[in-house]
Amino acid sequence: MAHEATMSPLAHADDHHGEHHETPNVFGFWLYLMTDCILFGSIFAAFAVLRNQFAGGPSGKELFDLTNVGIETAILLFSSITYGFASLNAMAKNKTMVLLWLAVTFVLGASFVGLELNEFSSMIAEGNGPDRSAFLSAFFTLVGTHGLHVTCGLIWMVVLMVQMMGPQDLSERMMNKLTCLSLFWHFLDIVWICVFSFVYLAGVM
Amino acid sequence: MLGKLSFSAIPLDVPILVGTFLGVAVIGLAVLGAVTYYGKWGYLWREWLTTVDHKRLAVMYVILAIVMLFRGFADAIMMRTQLALAYKGNPGYLPPHHYDQIFSAHGTIMIFFMAMAFMTGLLNLVVPLQIGARDVAFPFLNSLSFYMTLVGALLINISLFIGEFAQCGWLVYPPLSEMQFSPGVGVDYYIWAVQISGVGTLLTGVNFFTTIVKMRAPGMGWMQMPVFTWTAFCTTVLIMVSFPVLTVTLALLSLDRYLGMHFFTNDAGGNVMLYLSMIWTWGHPEVYILVIPAFGVFSEVTATFSQKPLFGYKTMVYATCSIMVLSFVVWVHHFFTMGAGANVNTFFGIMTMIIAVPTGVKIYNWLFTMYKGRVEFTAPMYWTIGFMITFSIGGMTGVMMAMPAADWILHNSLFLIAHFHNVIIGGVYFGYIAGMGFWFPKAFGFKLNEAWGKRAFWCWFIGFYLAFVPLYILGLEGMTRRMNHYDNPDWYPWMLVAEAGAIVIACGIACQLTQLYVSIRDRNLPENLDLTGDPWNGRTLEWAISSPPPAYNFAVIPDIHGLDTFHTEKQLGLKAHGKPLAPIHMPKNTSAGVFIGLFAFLFGFASIWYIWWLAAISLIGIVATMILRSANRDVDYYVPVSEIEHNEEVYSRRIAAAQAAE
Amino acid sequence: MKKLWRYLPALPALMLSGCTVDLLQPRGPVAELNRDVMVAEFVIMMLIVVPTCAATLYFAWKYRASNKEAEYLPTWDHSTVIEYVIWGVPAILIAVLGAISWWSTHAYDPYRPLQTADNVKPLNVQVVSLDWKWMFIYPDLGIATINQLDVPTNTPLNFQITSDTVMTSFFIPRLGSMIYAMPGQQTQLHLLANESGDYLGEASQFSGRGFSDMKFRTLAMDPAQFNDWVEKVKSGSENLDDTTYPKYAAPQEAAPVQYFAHVQPDLFDGIVAKYNNGMMVDKTTGKVMHMQSASNAAPSDTGMKE
Repeated sequence: MAHEATMSPLAHADDHHGEHHETPNVFGFWLYLMTDCILFGSIFAAFAVLRNQFAGGPSGKELFDLTNVGIETAILLFSSITYGFASLNAMAKNKTMVLLWLAVTFVLGASFVGLELNEFSSMIAEGNGPDRSAFLSAFFTLVGTHGLHVTCGLIWMVVLMVQMMGPQDLSERMMNKLTCLSLFWHFLDIVWICVFSFVYLAGVM
Repeated sequence: MLGKLSFSAIPLDVPILVGTFLGVAVIGLAVLGAVTYYGKWGYLWREWLTTVDHKRLAVMYVILAIVMLFRGFADAIMMRTQLALAYKGNPGYLPPHHYDQIFSAHGTIMIFFMAMAFMTGLLNLVVPLQIGARDVAFPFLNSLSFYMTLVGALLINISLFIGEFAQCGWLVYPPLSEMQFSPGVGVDYYIWAVQISGVGTLLTGVNFFTTIVKMRAPGMGWMQMPVFTWTAFCTTVLIMVSFPVLTVTLALLSLDRYLGMHFFTNDAGGNVMLYLSMIWTWGHPEVYILVIPAFGVFSEVTATFSQKPLFGYKTMVYATCSIMVLSFVVWVHHFFTMGAGANVNTFFGIMTMIIAVPTGVKIYNWLFTMYKGRVEFTAPMYWTIGFMITFSIGGMTGVMMAMPAADWILHNSLFLIAHFHNVIIGGVYFGYIAGMGFWFPKAFGFKLNEAWGKRAFWCWFIGFYLAFVPLYILGLEGMTRRMNHYDNPDWYPWMLVAEAGAIVIACGIACQLTQLYVSIRDRNLPENLDLTGDPWNGRTLEWAISSPPPAYNFAVIPDIHGLDTFHTEKQLGLKAHGKPLAPIHMPKNTSAGVFIGLFAFLFGFASIWYIWWLAAISLIGIVATMILRSANRDVDYYVPVSEIEHNEEVYSRRIAAAQAAE
Repeated sequence: MKKLWRYLPALPALMLSGCTVDLLQPRGPVAELNRDVMVAEFVIMMLIVVPTCAATLYFAWKYRASNKEAEYLPTWDHSTVIEYVIWGVPAILIAVLGAISWWSTHAYDPYRPLQTADNVKPLNVQVVSLDWKWMFIYPDLGIATINQLDVPTNTPLNFQITSDTVMTSFFIPRLGSMIYAMPGQQTQLHLLANESGDYLGEASQFSGRGFSDMKFRTLAMDPAQFNDWVEKVKSGSENLDDTTYPKYAAPQEAAPVQYFAHVQPDLFDGIVAKYNNGMMVDKTTGKVMHMQSASNAAPSDTGMKE
């Protein structure tokens, strides 16, 4: 789903219509993000319905470690800033710095996923896996879907970095791809803020 | 190694399936043999399978839809036959295990792989031509969408011969579809077939929305867009908003089934009502996704064949948009009997009824388009008039069921079945067939045979009433849907009438096949050839170019000055081709869609049968193909001016020949 | 086309001429309302559907291309008056139907208890949908049946409905409204039979292999007869309690009718509680109770589904 690398590099529409300045790629990707937004919205809705179905199992209060989640949140938010630096450097056509900042972003993103996997595995080890109760099913699915998106973003980031490594300059096409990934990355940040507030904070309160 | 898959999964003990398999195998081998014999593999691969041309994808979508129509209809007539037999102690010829798969497959196939594929085909053929574009916004994604749809269709049909299909209805309501009650692979076939094709549909939605927003010819404002394009636009919005919900709903169900989660299970806090709400949040807009483009077809057909502009264009646009919005606030009418409060039920009931207002307005718009026109009774016009009558009746029964107090007795009855076939056959199917007849010459350069088209119409029209009026009556007699046998003597005669109706519809399908055969045979007769590219004295841009159009559609992108510019200019005798020709930038064909489709198929099949190593490999294959594709820079080319000039010259000569013949 | 069309207005009459058209021949006030609403809607909609279909055929015929005498306005595409009419008339009809909808949905909400003129004491029936049969528990009488529902006439019937398997739907066409039966939930339905008779009862939501035979007879009889029937059932020997229940609840196709002379009082509550981690809401008091018999899970969870 999240492999927007498939978006066609063809922006041939622009050839004919002088009045359209934006390429359809970024617009199309923006639309995809809106559909992704509805996808997350549906999972949030399912979570909202099932959030109190503990089936005798533990509640969020007993499970969540806000310190850990706080660190995750900080890392992800910070990775948005570092991606922003990559974007700024891309506009300045400074390819080395783009690669550097993307690498930093990648490390931050990977640590986020790592922390999340760590949280998941310790919960499962304690017998509180997604099959324990409807609440935990919804929790694992919601947080896991976000994690899966971040992972896809990381793979995409690596692909772009490899494609950028060659001697050539940042092409228009590469700029578009960087813009799409940046939309994706910031979008995941926004989703995470919702996850953090509605799942973790509300669960502990 | 092979997961759950073993030889016992092949239903050698069911003679119907073995026979079907042999039939499919013979036809399949004959087709493959013919392609090999005539040495057409290279042509097929280069020109069709790897194409990114929206017109060719359109043809492939419609072929898929027609094949799926056969499959879905075979299911339908088998069900009718079962119920015409299984009366008073006679078990019929289909035991519940088989019958339950058939009705589940019938609904799934007809909606997802017949209607959706047909609709996408029409959108592909017409939308870029109507807005004066050279292709869609993302040609490769368009090819990918097609393969996703095809993979879904393949998976669902393979379930006939390997394993089984779902036995819990076309929307696989849990908890019946949970592991506890359906431990077989049937529901998994359903999930993966629908999920994979759903991804394709979502991409189609994004693609066509972008195309319509970004690629209209200069001067074509929103209110200069042809009505079909407007309906396509509304449909893509509905797709983008509703399909993610379907994806999530089915994903949650698969998490329940594969990882033992508890979204919709009976135990551990799962909630069935959540599934119903979610699936219908997608499901109700889905029927409008199907029917709104059909409304677009009727608008084009009525205006063209009444030789008048569409009455109330603006009203039509507003009505379409309000249907689009309203379709999201009516889903609860699918379960008025779940015990929601009276206020909730009333709200959703009244919202549902309100949809009847814009829909009724549309009917009147078509009515007044015919008023003081010169109505030419072509086959598409037959389907249109048949639609207006049938759909009015279907709308009426729909409003009847929108009233909760009436729905409390009609819900889940055969009355409901009759109602939605009334709108789906009378609205969607009639519309798509009218559209196929209308735009066929544009796609192929010759017309469909009129006489056979009208015979097909009469068979479908009469067959429809014979098959479904009895179901309305049976519903009033208290017969519920999805029954395998019964012993009420009052029901029996109506079941026989319905069976007769199904047979008449079968004749209609036979007429349509004959129509295709006769049309192809007689394609070079002068009265059938479409030399001018404008066989019906059309109003919109697709008729301004040759039939079939060149890959780049428009040698020169036209300037638009208002609604129906092409028609206005034709009346004034203006010629659109004034601008100098320039090389045209076009996308190259690509095999990436085929490979991603292949891997997606393997992934789906492996997931259904728990062959995890294969699933992992094919997932890696999908990602790798996409990465390779994104790294490929050789994706486009320029059509040289000389080639465009040549095509234009041929086209002018054909027009001259046509004028000389008159 | 025309020929068929002529029959359509006569459709209701045609259907009535059949033997039993359950939905048009109600045997209780709820079903009467269901029918009246349905017929009223049909008639109101016909006011608009018939002229529309007639106009379609008439316009198509009158303005056929070969009729050169008919007026032809090749550019006419707008009329404000017509637009007002085609938006206005359907809107008025829908407003009328909406008002009927509001009234009828509230007046005969399945959850609203019925009352008779002489204030007859209602009969409570607890309905459990099973694979593929119906269990009816009469909590006040201490008896139960499978696949047969006996009720006194002119007595309000209060149904509490649940399922011990998949979701299905409880429906007696001639008495009116249906309602879903869902595991772990209690839905309610209030019906009344005003004439004695033998009515079909159905499951209307598909529930698997044995669905087609998942039906029951509804025997409505006058109260005296009903009391006799109760005595007859009570004189039997079968018991329905936690130990015997699993045997009777096991999947079975075309299950025969069965009577139970004694029923464990909290059996129904236990069946509901089984899916709610042992919790059960008492509908009359709204209190959450813990059902010992149903579940041995720890009662740490008060998240209820109802």
